[in-house]
Amino acid sequence: MIEVDAGRGGAAHGVPLPRAFFLTPRGSLWGDRVFQGVVYASVGLFVLVMVGIVWALVVESMPAMRRFGLAFVIGQEWDPVKEAFGALPFIYGTLVSSLVGMFIAVPLGIGAAIYLAELAPFWARSPIGFLIELLAAVPSVVYGLWGIFVLAPFLRNWIEPVLGRALGFLPLFQGPPYGVGMLAAGLILSIMTVPFIATVSREVLLAVPNTQREAALALGATRWETTWMAVLRYGRSGLVGAVLLGLGRALGETMAVTMVIGNRPEIALSLFAPGYTMASVLANEFTEATSDVYLSALVYIGLLLLAVTVIVNSAARLLVWSVGGTVKGIRE
Amino acid sequence: MTRPSMLAVKRAMGLALAGFWLSAVALPAAAMAQTLMNGAGATFPYPLYSKWFDEYTKVDPSVRFNYQSIGSGGGIRQISERTVDFGASDGPMTDDQLKKAPAELLHIPTVLGAVVATYNLPGNPTLRFSGDVLADIFLGKITSWDDGKIKSLNSGVSLPKTPIVVVHRSDGSGTTYIWVDYLSKISREWEEKVGRGTSVKWPAGLGGKGNEGVAGQIKNTPGALGYVELAYAITNKLPAASVKNAAGKFIEPTIATTTAAAAGAANNMPADFRVSLTNAPGDTAYPIASFTWLLVYKEQPNEAKGRLLTKFLWWAIHDGQKYPSDLLYAPLPAPVVKQIEAKVKQISFHGKPLVAVR
Repeated sequence: MIEVDAGRGGAAHGVPLPRAFFLTPRGSLWGDRVFQGVVYASVGLFVLVMVGIVWALVVESMPAMRRFGLAFVIGQEWDPVKEAFGALPFIYGTLVSSLVGMFIAVPLGIGAAIYLAELAPFWARSPIGFLIELLAAVPSVVYGLWGIFVLAPFLRNWIEPVLGRALGFLPLFQGPPYGVGMLAAGLILSIMTVPFIATVSREVLLAVPNTQREAALALGATRWETTWMAVLRYGRSGLVGAVLLGLGRALGETMAVTMVIGNRPEIALSLFAPGYTMASVLANEFTEATSDVYLSALVYIGLLLLAVTVIVNSAARLLVWSVGGTVKGIRE
Repeated sequence: MTRPSMLAVKRAMGLALAGFWLSAVALPAAAMAQTLMNGAGATFPYPLYSKWFDEYTKVDPSVRFNYQSIGSGGGIRQISERTVDFGASDGPMTDDQLKKAPAELLHIPTVLGAVVATYNLPGNPTLRFSGDVLADIFLGKITSWDDGKIKSLNSGVSLPKTPIVVVHRSDGSGTTYIWVDYLSKISREWEEKVGRGTSVKWPAGLGGKGNEGVAGQIKNTPGALGYVELAYAITNKLPAASVKNAAGKFIEPTIATTTAAAAGAANNMPADFRVSLTNAPGDTAYPIASFTWLLVYKEQPNEAKGRLLTKFLWWAIHDGQKYPSDLLYAPLPAPVVKQIEAKVKQISFHGKPLVAVR
């Protein structure tokens, strides 16, 4: 209402209001310059912070780099007493636990978003959306405690024996069921990342213009075809962003994972076996690391964690771009 | 409401506001008169230390403590860099670390802690272990509860044919140091393969974060065996095994038997107190016990602060010793207090001792 009135007021002077606003002298170049400066400064600040982090990590990890070189990345030994350090079990644990987490969280998160944006009755959208967002507000240590006291025993007594019997021919589901381990870590991560993926995806889907849906429906597409071809495809890059946000959280999650992964620096194919992640070993051992090489090796792991995050994120984006080109859309 | 009363309310609010701002300005000014003593280090004695700092401000209101429980490693680093007035550690500094420090550091034992073996078996019977058996279990050589070696120590207890799930601390910790220090003393194989440290390369088992992580995993895993602090085991009513000590007796872990470990070691106490109390002599000594230390410079850089610090240390090893038991730490035995007195008297400024010799 107000906009209409204002528009009329502006039109009365012969110039439409938006143009009048931009043409008045107070919207001068000076204001633009200040605005530009503020924006540049805030971007520059973050670039500086990033550079500072990388620089500090590189400097602090120099002693370990000099001593172990790149062999650190593929080393499998982690013995603080004998000062033999290698990062591979931690890199493996970070990647596999995040992969398991995303394997569960992506379909769940995007599915929930589709329901909330496309299918849910109007009155249910806000409360359900709120509940999902609430999951993101739960502190990770609470997830960890829940993992130890509820999830791990449940996995040990019910899920893992059944999985072992049904799919035990796969190396993924072999070995004694401890409850804690890679599977528990992946499950916790999936629960923790679903709210991020679902909430962002829902916003993305809501931003898809209705003309997309109407066009697809007008062409005789079913509801599923409309969602799949017109809505999801349209919001693809936004959905990738949602998934990457979740993946970032999974790669860096520390507390909850530490509490349920079993903290054993070994590479085991089985998801039942305990593992270890880069973030966990930092959280576990940083405070009591007394020798210089030990401390430096931990910082080196921090640097590798940063590198792995960057590589995984870039790879995921590249993958989606290359796949996106081959999927043909609604016009076929 | 009439106008005058409104005015009165407004005036009262204004006064209250003014009072608030005045006190906000005045309070820090009053606090400035206090000397702030900065410390950092071990997490294990933190509950006791905060109790001490609290009680001590009643004895001497001119001093205020700020203690960051960032871990023993951090405590050693910060005192070595002189960024704090005192450090705290659950493990003694190594010769190497002492050499790197800018000046001579003293280890002042403050209190004792013990580590207990806890487990999850049907009915949770009280078990007995020897160091060899514990080492073999943690080395992954004994894998089932009905192993002959465990059975022979526990005649009369029915042990199930359940696999033993070993649980250890995943975070670097003084508790781990005490535990592996004990295993290293008992088992040569452990010493060679694994050794001593706040974190080690565990040959077997799962890692839990903190006492609560280890206890949580043990509670939820039938057949689990792990180690936690004595205080944690007592408050959470966890089963605790008796362990065979150097005199060949099976000793239940309690505050008294922990103190006895220090009393047993008193005869052979090294001058710098950097001593391991595991497997200590004495009929009633519990074998998996340790001091925890405060780290202070022998030559204090600041006379006033040094005087306050030595006064506090003197108080801590005397009057302060009535607080540990309530918080489930073991107090220092009397002969050891006498030995530490001599050490505190060595703290000096420009070579002059700071504590008033009584």
